[in-house]
Amino acid sequence: MGALDLARWQFAITTVYHFLFVPLTLGTVWFVAGFQTAYFRTGKEKYLKLTKFFGKLFLINFAMGVVTGIVQEFQFGMNWSEYSRFVGDVFGAPLAMEGLLAFFLESTFIGLWIFGWDRLPKKVHLATIWAAAIGTMLSAYFILAANAWMQHPVGYEISATTGRAVLNNIGLVLFQNTAVIAFFHTISASFLVAGSGVAAIGAWMLMKDRQVDIFRPAVKIGAVVVLLSAVVVSITGDMDAKIMVKQQPMKMAAAEALYNTTDKAPFSILSIGDVAGDSATAVIEVPGLTSFMATGSFDGNVQGINDLQAQYEQTYGPGNYAPYVPVSYWGFRLMIGLGLIAAAWALWALWRFRGGRNPKGKAFGIISMFITLGPLLGISAGWIFTEMGRQPWIVFGQQKTADAVSPLVSPAEVWISMIGFTLVYLILAIIELRLLLRYIRAGAPENVIEDPYDDSKNDADKQLYFAY
Amino acid sequence: MELVTVWFILVAVLWIGYLVLDGFDLGVGMLLPFIGKDDLRRRVMINTIGPVWDGNEVWLLVAGGATFAAFPLWYATLFSGFYLALFLLLLALILRGVAFEYRGKHDSVRWRAGWDKAIFVGSVLPPLLLGVAFGNIFGGSKIGPIAGTPADFPLATDAGPINYLGSFFDLLLNPFALVIGVMLVLVFATHGAIFLALKTGGEVREASRKVAVRVGLAAAVFAVVGLLWAQAYSGRVAITLPIVLIAALLWLAGIGMTLKGRDGWAFLFSAGTIALAVTALFVGAFPNIMLSSIDSAFNLTVHNASSQSYTLTVMTIVAVIMTPIVLIYQGWTYWVFRKRISTSQIPEQSSPGRADDRFASAKS
Ligand code: HDD
Ligand code: HEM
Ligand code: HEM
Repeated sequence: MGALDLARWQFAITTVYHFLFVPLTLGTVWFVAGFQTAYFRTGKEKYLKLTKFFGKLFLINFAMGVVTGIVQEFQFGMNWSEYSRFVGDVFGAPLAMEGLLAFFLESTFIGLWIFGWDRLPKKVHLATIWAAAIGTMLSAYFILAANAWMQHPVGYEISATTGRAVLNNIGLVLFQNTAVIAFFHTISASFLVAGSGVAAIGAWMLMKDRQVDIFRPAVKIGAVVVLLSAVVVSITGDMDAKIMVKQQPMKMAAAEALYNTTDKAPFSILSIGDVAGDSATAVIEVPGLTSFMATGSFDGNVQGINDLQAQYEQTYGPGNYAPYVPVSYWGFRLMIGLGLIAAAWALWALWRFRGGRNPKGKAFGIISMFITLGPLLGISAGWIFTEMGRQPWIVFGQQKTADAVSPLVSPAEVWISMIGFTLVYLILAIIELRLLLRYIRAGAPENVIEDPYDDSKNDADKQLYFAY
Repeated sequence: MELVTVWFILVAVLWIGYLVLDGFDLGVGMLLPFIGKDDLRRRVMINTIGPVWDGNEVWLLVAGGATFAAFPLWYATLFSGFYLALFLLLLALILRGVAFEYRGKHDSVRWRAGWDKAIFVGSVLPPLLLGVAFGNIFGGSKIGPIAGTPADFPLATDAGPINYLGSFFDLLLNPFALVIGVMLVLVFATHGAIFLALKTGGEVREASRKVAVRVGLAAAVFAVVGLLWAQAYSGRVAITLPIVLIAALLWLAGIGMTLKGRDGWAFLFSAGTIALAVTALFVGAFPNIMLSSIDSAFNLTVHNASSQSYTLTVMTIVAVIMTPIVLIYQGWTYWVFRKRISTSQIPEQSSPGRADDRFASAKS
């Protein structure tokens, strides 16, 4: 493999890995904040127990999100120095804003939340988890705006003297529709991921007949969140598709493996044969659905890969302008499919737990455990689809990925770092998973000390309420 | 003042923030095997920095992000050039970050010992590597245009094709950079010991004060050599030499305060030393931000490596509003956790599998 392919693999491995933890953080932090708020308002101990239980899982996950994010911050310079030179003027701004507005907020207030139980008045302590949650949302917004600019560059001009992109409208970069929709789509998808995690863990505990009073609300809340976010994810996904057709028609064509421009383009749910060639045979098809997704009308016109390729050659010169179609095609289906399956499961779960019922039976428990993984795979598939569907461009229409790679970083160096990160990431993944499972199995804490904050006991020998 | 100058100062401020703040928690991590003779003491140490280390580390991320936004060509040249050094730095930070969170989550001696090693290595490597990097940035490294670049490319306005042409070993075999690296390790160890003396009580505090004095004197030797050597690369010795001398005096005053048991002052002085030393490096380099040891014509400067004025204006507004806010809430965090910690206050570890308290398992 040459330096370019290696750099792409490295980037793909580290971002996809980072994004395993990110959606869990983005969603779970609100569950924790919600449970703690419920405790604050009702004083019911079960909510405090839920806060502690999911808080622990959240922190185990958050730690991995933080350390894998650090790598991302520097990767653009390491592997994509030509990209960084070309876009730094524009792309650096949201990245730096993310640090100043979001990373400081989330890291500082998470520290206060973890250690602050006995140091802060109850209300202030509750506010710290909310501040951290807001920090994660800001973080997501800025990085998604940066990414949206790569999908659809706006608010810039190319400098005549240096040939680099120069920012001229920060408002456009931050608030173009591509960014706003990607934000709501990604956040709602993250809620779907976290909600199914919370519901499935709860369902499993109920199946084992453990701590029923605590985990019953968790299942219900989790499942409701899954259903609501599935609705939002579908609506925003549909909006995403409509702007994608305008901004990156090639990506939509690849998503449907549509080689020739057609009206009434169908949506194939499954197909056999080689989607990379011209010969795929759709097995199950919904007539007109792709047209509807793309244009809002079931017989709208959708451009095919071959026509777009010809157009792009005219505009940009010779080259291959189509992404690798099988990844786009299957990535798109995995994303939608796994999300919708989770939604169906949530409905089923709510039905089985209706009116105080408490289902026994292994099948449901086992399916529930698997359901925690589906949306996580789905959300990764969504990103892989979005990022690989953009190829060969790194900045659509402006810079090709092949021109973005660091010119003097040798394949040996990329091999070293790629193997190094991958190994460490694998080991940490195993450790993290085992910790999560152990803490899930342990269940919620049995005795929680109520109301640890007490100023009168501020003597020096008082034990810390929480310590590493 | 020109906007690029403002950003030069802001980047320097971010680095000072990082080195002063993460400096002490890296120092505490390094001292873990030396002051933390048993698990309880190690936990005292870790808990002094527990609530704040992550927020401190973000200063590094923001320094990186700000460099990207304000000086993209510096960001690109530096991080692609010092590739393997940065890779090692990132690995160290990954292990260290996870270690703090995971160390207490399983009740086993081997488990904890493993994470303790990660904390130690993850705390020694970053200052060493950062010091070496700083030595190469401000003392000069092999940067220049790639062979075949047109001779007349507009360097004064755009350092586009400038890249690091050397290897990882060229960075390491730079004696000046090595001195700065070792200096930073020792300075952080001292800074960490002084912080521990300030934040702990009992035996940990006593041990920390001893370490602070001993390592502090060793650090002083390297600092004198390193910072005087740095004057050879400074563009304005008349300003930087006095700064460096004041820094040296502050350092000695810090050690003196530790001897007297005035931990707060000692910490202030060691923080001040770090801030002044970094200031001297930046002031000495201005307007250069990365020196070329091949030809000074290839230096990256605030002019040929920066973003355009629109970006800088936007970012100035954001930074001017946000930096004080961040300082206020981070400062508040230190206030919330102001109390000293000693071994008697450390609760039993609360991991599942142990039948103790509020976090423990249902199967007790
Ligand atoms: C949609 C959301 C999202 C996306 C696309 C990314 N991240 Fe991320 N990142 C987060 C959402 C997030 C977060 C939710 O804010 C995290 C995850 C867990 C956490 O601790 O914060 C985080 C952590 C995190 C950190 C550590 C912050 C800290 O110390 O507190 C850094 C430096 C980055 N990220 C940088 C990046 C970069 C450079 C990305 C682009 C490739 C990226 N992230 C993609
Ligand atoms: C929002 C911030 C993000 C930015 C700025 C970003 C930027 C980039 C860059 C610079 C590349 C290199 C070009 C290439 O290899 O093709 C890339 C590729 C890639 N990114 Fe992203 N990315 C972001 C988020 C993500 C996320 C969250 C994921 C998924 C989890 C992701 C998945 C990928 C994948 C899979 C590739 C490789 C594509 C390929 O090799 O063809 N990206 N992205
Ligand atoms: C009816 C359902 C859905 C539709 C129509 C849909 C549509 C889309 C489209 C068109 C994109 C590409 C945006 C672009 O590149 O410009 C996208 C991206 C994405 N999708 Fe979906 N999606 C759906 C469901 C889901 C689900 C269930 C998940 C998560 C489990 C998900 C996660 C993502 C992610 C993370 C991205 C990348 C971020 C972004 O560009 O917004 N999507 N989706």
